[in-house]
Amino acid sequence: MRTMLFAKHKALPLAAVGIALLMAGCEGPPPQSTQYPYSYRGVGQNAFVNPRILAKLHEANVAPESLAPAVPIPVAAGSVYQNLQVLGDVSITEFTRQMSAIAEWIVPKDQWVNGQGCVYCHDLNNMAADTKYQKVVARSMIKMTKRANVDWQAHVAPTGVTCYTCHRGQPIPKYVWTTNPGEKPHTSGYVGNQNRLSAVTAYTSLPFDPLTTYFDKEAVIALTPPTAVAPFHPKTVNTKNAEGTYALMNYISRSLGVGCNHCHNSRQFADWAQSSPQRVKGWYAIRMVREANKNFILPLTDIIPAVNKGPLGDPKRIGCETCHQGVNKPLFGAEMAKDYPALLTPPATAPAAPAAAPAAAEPAPAQVEAVPASEPKVTGLAGTAAGVM
Amino acid sequence: MAMLSFERKYRVRGGTLIGGDLFDFWAGPIYIGFFGVTGFFCAVLGTLLIVWGAAMGPTWNLWQISIAPPDLSYGLGMAPLAKGGLWQIITMCAIGAFVSWALREVEICRKLGIGFHVPFAFSFAILAYITLVVIRPVLLGAWGHGFPYGILSHLDWVSNTGYQFLHFHYNPAHMLAIAFFFTNALALSMHGSLILSMVNPPKGEEVKTSEHENTFFRDDVGYSIGALAIHRLGLFLALSAVFWSAVCIVISGPFWTRGWPEWWMWWPNLPIFG
Repeated sequence: MRTMLFAKHKALPLAAVGIALLMAGCEGPPPQSTQYPYSYRGVGQNAFVNPRILAKLHEANVAPESLAPAVPIPVAAGSVYQNLQVLGDVSITEFTRQMSAIAEWIVPKDQWVNGQGCVYCHDLNNMAADTKYQKVVARSMIKMTKRANVDWQAHVAPTGVTCYTCHRGQPIPKYVWTTNPGEKPHTSGYVGNQNRLSAVTAYTSLPFDPLTTYFDKEAVIALTPPTAVAPFHPKTVNTKNAEGTYALMNYISRSLGVGCNHCHNSRQFADWAQSSPQRVKGWYAIRMVREANKNFILPLTDIIPAVNKGPLGDPKRIGCETCHQGVNKPLFGAEMAKDYPALLTPPATAPAAPAAAPAAAEPAPAQVEAVPASEPKVTGLAGTAAGVM
Repeated sequence: MAMLSFERKYRVRGGTLIGGDLFDFWAGPIYIGFFGVTGFFCAVLGTLLIVWGAAMGPTWNLWQISIAPPDLSYGLGMAPLAKGGLWQIITMCAIGAFVSWALREVEICRKLGIGFHVPFAFSFAILAYITLVVIRPVLLGAWGHGFPYGILSHLDWVSNTGYQFLHFHYNPAHMLAIAFFFTNALALSMHGSLILSMVNPPKGEEVKTSEHENTFFRDDVGYSIGALAIHRLGLFLALSAVFWSAVCIVISGPFWTRGWPEWWMWWPNLPIFG
């Protein structure tokens, strides 16, 4: 007896409808693909970018033209203006130019008065006064920017950062975050700290607030034991924490518009020797963000109005997405900062001393968070897995 | 190898697709045929090329030998032998060998006057392989997107390719494929254990037949699919698993470049939600 696997006259239309549904949410080929330069040929270390999405990103991430250079006049702004706590050593012309740039970068045009954005931060009757909280915030932000450009070159060099890197013409950058308190668990099911739709975790069901966990606190991120079979199971090495780490990594990936392979060789995530040099940049970035929030944003908590804070009353903090905005190099690597020398020097007077030196931000644990090797070591396994043919 | 007493009855001439009677013979128990010859040629050539590639490579460790596809810069052109050209020729040999095997099965089916279900099923495995090393690379514009021929290196490829999309378990076709693989294992274990239970009654009792089989599952779950249909179901589950596996990889890259979890945003973005 001959039997058909399935009736063709019904199966074909059904299959067509199914495939059409599946494809409806998809993109069309071909994407642009590149092999990560640190990797070996043939082992899938490739990045895919849809050129149409990339074009939109290019449109949305354009650095503004730099203001014309200031006429160099060797008069320090601090000798002319009052109450200059961080920009006092800048020449008077450069200082004025920098203030104009900040107005362009931060204050939307509809809030300008008489063609000037100064009023957003300044009391026009007394420009030196700290009466507006925005001015105090701005001072802290300038300190933060200087700190990044001077002391966090391991992450931001050689491009550097300006106010515009995050602000993009808005008083509050679009991609900031506050602690997500979640919801009270319903009687009908477990909610916990996960299983809620969140762009933070790149739309996974992973714990939805890895930023509070790993940026506010110095929770251990690297979980993979150095050996295949861990001799013991410390409290830090468990599935629950792995989900937290995965959530944070997804946040970083989505913020930069990259896959895990941008930094990691997924054959061994933990091993620095097999990782991309970008992972070192990322390691410093996490410490930089922690420090920036702790030293320059959280101290402002009391002066920021509640309407600009999170549901728990915490100020809006920075993360990877704040600068990167879906792009591997913010503003596609446009070198804005070099045109604004006032942002590239340490503050004129010492700011609040950072709590700790960056390298000591997280002590080298027993795990794999050791100092990254400057040059990936080619192990026998990696070499042959890549092959020479 | 001696021929079994009844075997001669089934060793009939004809049914070949190509070459007439030229290769229509057996070697011991094995039918040769035109496609047996081409399959043997492709398999031997491909294997020797892998050995040659291994000889040029840095190791003879079986786990670590790897023949990598060309650099992406070669696009869909040929690469020099030592720079991925070997991979390209080995791929042709593999496809030649697999397709020959399927066509040889077709010839055997024709000789026996049976359906073509076996070559049909095997063709799904070939489709999965061709999807990985031909269809997807062509859609992506470079042979370099094929997977490398090495025991560990191809696993690295699977891992790296998956993690490019952040969380591959959110790939809808991957979900379907996994569901079919698991269901396939469930169906096979239920069927296999049932048949063995029929032919292994307690000592002194007779071997049972299909009424007992049906009764067991009617008692157990309220329904018995039946002796013929369990095999239809099994084939459907197995082929679906392979089919959706091929779909899940061919959509990763050509039809989606972001993290797979984000693909599901079509659901909360439906206009039916406020």
